[in-house]
Amino acid sequence: MPTRSLLAATALAGLATGAWAQESIIVQSTTSTANSGLYDHLLPIFEDETGITVNVVAVGTGQAIQNARNCDGDVLLVHAKPAEEEFVADGFGTERTDLMYNDFVIVGPADDPAEVSGMEDAQEALSAIAEAQAPFASRGDDSGTHKKEVSLWSEAGVEPTGGSGEWYRETGSGMGATLNAGIGMGAYAMTDRATWISFENKQDYEILVEGDSDLFNQYGVIPVSQEACPSVNAAASENFADWLVSREGQAAIAAYRVDGQQLFFPNAPSEGGES
Amino acid sequence: MQDMTEALGLAVDLVASGDPDLVEIVGLSLQVSLSATLVACMIGLPLGALVAVTRFRGRGAVLTLMNALMGLPPVVVGLIVYLHLSRAGPLGFLGLLYTPGAMIIAQTILIAPIVAALSRQVLEDMHSEYDAQFRSLCLTRGQTIAALLWDARYPLLTVALAGFGRAVAEVGAVMIVGGNIDHLTRVMTTAIALETSKGALPMALALGIVLMALALGVNAAVQGVRSTAARYAYV
Repeated sequence: MPTRSLLAATALAGLATGAWAQESIIVQSTTSTANSGLYDHLLPIFEDETGITVNVVAVGTGQAIQNARNCDGDVLLVHAKPAEEEFVADGFGTERTDLMYNDFVIVGPADDPAEVSGMEDAQEALSAIAEAQAPFASRGDDSGTHKKEVSLWSEAGVEPTGGSGEWYRETGSGMGATLNAGIGMGAYAMTDRATWISFENKQDYEILVEGDSDLFNQYGVIPVSQEACPSVNAAASENFADWLVSREGQAAIAAYRVDGQQLFFPNAPSEGGES
Repeated sequence: MQDMTEALGLAVDLVASGDPDLVEIVGLSLQVSLSATLVACMIGLPLGALVAVTRFRGRGAVLTLMNALMGLPPVVVGLIVYLHLSRAGPLGFLGLLYTPGAMIIAQTILIAPIVAALSRQVLEDMHSEYDAQFRSLCLTRGQTIAALLWDARYPLLTVALAGFGRAVAEVGAVMIVGGNIDHLTRVMTTAIALETSKGALPMALALGIVLMALALGVNAAVQGVRSTAARYAYV
């Protein structure tokens, strides 16, 4: 009986996937680029030109890298440079290229209990939040944003996990879910600017801290290596990565706006650069 | 509360305008969850019937296990299926991860125990009622099972609906094995999760209303079939 049911399941699965024959790649991606609508803007242009369908799996940077290490993606597009370089050094990626940047901001309620509004030094702001024991919603999910937040706390000389469950609240979920939770409990949160601008449930929240060079947020793109993962569609994934860093791809990234604001600033070396 | 009103309006607009993205997502939700229900019934009904009419050592433990598996957490099922279908996993060569096929497999594993455990209970009750009659007719076990499944077809429809309801409403498993890929593996529940993460709460709620309407529609359709069939049966 189990054999027969497995056969049936496989047959159904085959039916379901039969229609999916055209060339396609899977991008393991951070969530900010998907939630902000960047892919909805970029992918149709690329698909029109090449006929390659790009399927995006949007998860946190940590999970995206892990999935790519399992060979479940053709291209990796995330924002955590040290982890990306390790991915390439371990032989899973062919080459890492800077793609674009934006910045992180600290958002909080209008009444600002820790009085961090207007601060330009991220460490100083985090210290003030810790000192006031004002609630802070952390991603707590090993994502690029979480890694960045952890490094800022450590530079500020604060060990926030001491307040875990009290003022320091690790949601263990994505950026949007963390913002929803943070706003629900009046907590500060660190988010990338793209997610914040396109986020629709801001209520009385505002950007309170921005402009620190430590809040720089660099995105990189890496085609997954065919040597490590034979199932990779190498030609199509190189094609996609090359297009993103080409003059045309970079211009398309720069052209994407939400409410008149540019969300991502292209900075690939050589050809593209800032526009 | 304002969000609720806005969501209701959005839901009506979405349905009335026949939004092509919505149609695609609803279609995939139905395709995946109905396929999973069908496969789960093909596995669960014979299994439930076999356990219902058979007495063996350790039967109590088997019943406990079947009942406990009804509470399988979707996210755990998703994770286990992911680890098997991943390119790094034993079934990676099939290339099924991030396809509707993977979603059907995950939902089937999730609901087959529900179908098996509930149908076992239904069929066992019926079996004890007809036991003497079956004995007098000298039916084989296969004939007994066939007779029971046929006689219990209406209650078993409800069992199938319970499985379908669980499948169409879960998000944990399909999110992991499907990846919520636009135009490929996005279904109602993963779309709702996505809109929530964008902070678009009214849109998320509107999709939720559409999903509930969908479940209502499926249940009404089955109810219609059932009462029509019952009416003809007694004419």
